[in-house]
Amino acid sequence: MTIDWGIIFKSIPLLGHGVVVTLQVSALASVLGLMLGVVLGLCSLSHSRLLRWIVAGYVDFIRGTPLLIQIFLVFFALPALGVRFDEFWAGVVALSLNSAAFVAEVVRGGVGSIERGQSEAATAIGMRHRQILIYILLPQAYRQMVPPLTNELISLVKNSSLLSVISVYELTRAGQAIISVHFVPFEIYTLLALYYYVLIKVLSWLSGRLERRLPTW
Amino acid sequence: MVNPVIQVQDLSKSFGDNSVLRRVSMNVAIGETVVIIGASGSGKTTFLRCLNRLEEPGAGTIRLDGNPVVNSGSEKQIADQRSQFGFVFQRFNLFPHFSALDNVAIGPEKVRGMSKSDARALAAAELKRVHMSDHAMKRPVQLSGGQQQRVAIARALAMKPRVMLFDEPTSALDPELVQEVLDVMKELANGGMTMVVVTHEMNFAREVADRVIYMENGRIAEEGPPEILFREPKSPGAQRFLRHLTHD
Repeated sequence: MTIDWGIIFKSIPLLGHGVVVTLQVSALASVLGLMLGVVLGLCSLSHSRLLRWIVAGYVDFIRGTPLLIQIFLVFFALPALGVRFDEFWAGVVALSLNSAAFVAEVVRGGVGSIERGQSEAATAIGMRHRQILIYILLPQAYRQMVPPLTNELISLVKNSSLLSVISVYELTRAGQAIISVHFVPFEIYTLLALYYYVLIKVLSWLSGRLERRLPTW
Repeated sequence: MVNPVIQVQDLSKSFGDNSVLRRVSMNVAIGETVVIIGASGSGKTTFLRCLNRLEEPGAGTIRLDGNPVVNSGSEKQIADQRSQFGFVFQRFNLFPHFSALDNVAIGPEKVRGMSKSDARALAAAELKRVHMSDHAMKRPVQLSGGQQQRVAIARALAMKPRVMLFDEPTSALDPELVQEVLDVMKELANGGMTMVVVTHEMNFAREVADRVIYMENGRIAEEGPPEILFREPKSPGAQRFLRHLTHD
């Protein structure tokens, strides 16, 4: 076979727009997912059995169903219940809800691994459970939460390619558009793989730097 | 006893089938320093932890200033009650992400609702009391064990507790660091603080304790002023225990 170098050079800038959307979706979803995930994670450590059950059920559902189905649920099923998003925000919401479940588990594990003496000491001065979680345990868990959260972020960026199925014009969708016009799957899918690879390399590098900057106690 | 701060009646506690405390009763008077001694497993630490409800007692009553220490009511009430007891742990348990000052200030700020600046001013005063003013801005990891334990004492004092409870406060320290902690505790006792101290430091007990309690198998086997209990222990258990200690 011959490689169509012309289309590759033409595609590099065309895919740039897709990269921007992929980054937008991923950034929004990771921030929202992180916030919701931390809240869910703290709820899963609360003294309220009801809260713990709700979070456990949520995590179980997200883990037990394919992300693609979750995306369809948000995009096609929620409108039937009167909740409507355009495809971009449906994508953001689906990815956020998905990653929140995994972040919740990371938070639960990280906070749970802090030595028992810490919460005892805080209890002894009269701090309440919620205060102990927020002021004493969570800050100590930050550093060890960075590597698993990086993994989660990487999954999220890769998973964002699934949003092509609901016509979010992200990187994968942008590539598919070129393929459908010029029929050059080999060149474009290789190029897409390269784009994702570089994006994720940059993220891992940033996370490594962040981890080194966070203090060890 | 005049003015008991703590009144414990028939306190029992078991972990599964293992009875750790068997109907322990004792009072502590205002300003009194009580030292509890006994072999490991005799229930001394569990007794101390039951007083501020770090451990839930199985049966019996505990009163602080005549009011029952209960585990009902709102979480806030229980927490407030708990903060009447200052607790010093064997392993210090300082918060590693805070400076020494903030370790002491966090309680007054979050539990007593003081402003950050008031809490820090109070914390600075408490650090001064344990001779740690020069190290206020250091993190625990930058402090020696003895210094960490003195910060931990200041952290407990900052809550203005009615009673200070010490759970083997010098057992995790290198020998050369023990004295600085004991000196601080002695100053507290001389200043009129009510204290219950679980320790193996017999010299401290001899010098500072108003009363020594010897525990064995979850019971108070013997108690009395240190000069009497140490010289003429009556129970065979106490005789054996003290003989071992003095031979060490």
